[in-house]
Amino acid sequence: MEDYLLILVSVVLVNNFVLAKFLGICPFLGVSAKTETAIGMAFAVMFVMTLASVSTWMVQHWLLQPLGLEYLQTVFFILVIASLVQLVEMVMHKTAPLLHQALGVFLPLITTNCAVLGVALLNVQKELDLFEAALYGLGAAVGFSIVLITFSGLRERLDGAPVPAAFKGSPITLITAGMMSLAFLGFSGLVKG
Amino acid sequence: MSVVLMPILVLAVAGLLFGLLLAVASKLFKVEGNPLEASIDQLLPQTQCGQCGFPGCKPYAHAVVSGEADVNHCVPGGERVMLQIADLMGVEPKAIEEEPSAPMVAFIREDECIGCTLCIKACPVDAIVGAPKQYHVVIAEDCTGCTLCVEPCPVDCIDMLQTPELLEHWSWPLPGTARAELAHERKYGHA
Repeated sequence: MEDYLLILVSVVLVNNFVLAKFLGICPFLGVSAKTETAIGMAFAVMFVMTLASVSTWMVQHWLLQPLGLEYLQTVFFILVIASLVQLVEMVMHKTAPLLHQALGVFLPLITTNCAVLGVALLNVQKELDLFEAALYGLGAAVGFSIVLITFSGLRERLDGAPVPAAFKGSPITLITAGMMSLAFLGFSGLVKG
Repeated sequence: MSVVLMPILVLAVAGLLFGLLLAVASKLFKVEGNPLEASIDQLLPQTQCGQCGFPGCKPYAHAVVSGEADVNHCVPGGERVMLQIADLMGVEPKAIEEEPSAPMVAFIREDECIGCTLCIKACPVDAIVGAPKQYHVVIAEDCTGCTLCVEPCPVDCIDMLQTPELLEHWSWPLPGTARAELAHERKYGHA
């Protein structure tokens, strides 16, 4: 139980995917202009990352390792994640149109995002078991969501702030992201690994 | 040999399987939109100008299909689009609403405006500014000349004025319009 908690704290705060590992920067900067879209994106990421962790773990341990084809990881993981997300999107469109309306736009955006692929590859690297892998994926997504939603809140406030003309737009956004990353460095002593 | 063949085989089979799975799923979980609405939307010029009184081409297509709107409201599409839509819907073609020969903009006579905000609500492109009991002004640059604001005005203080033909927003006249004939006349004199 303690192990699981450790994994969760480690991946949510200490080794945060965006601010410590620098994965998934693209959606972090791209979809954070409005809190509303950021929340939609956050839920989509949670869903996809957990799904990706579980499915790639199965592929890795039940297909690639027995055949000795571990070096095909990257290609295989992309194939599996992209197809599964596409499949789920179709099923969702048919069975849960409301959910699809909320998540639908974001799902194809993040199918083979580097953070999603990163979760899959790190799971293998860390030699986690199936449940731990799922937890790791969920934790990574929760960490991503926390950062994304806070950042979007910051950006919304910055819109109304008297920013000097030279720093308006992208520069102040990037500076804010850097400062957030510095702030998250404060967690680095919390858990080892 | 199997060192080379094995990964190729595994990847090919996996790719094929996932491809088949997606193909089957796309048939199985197909969502039926209204095909008529989609084909009408395809006929429309997709300029999203709002001159039909709907917030874009797709909403107008939806309104046509559900019978809320006539087939003849698309100004940029003109008669050609109207005929195609009427054909698709199986209704009698209707004369297109007359396109103004020259671009028009709305103008509010400020001393008569009572500040009722009705025209602000009617404007599809938010080109009228003003507040309750303050008189309103049309932003001429944003006005599309759709005349939607003229009707709701209770004191009839909105005029449609012809925009002066200035060099910065001059464009070639469409062939066959009154403007084109006028230009031809000016250049070559009366034929």
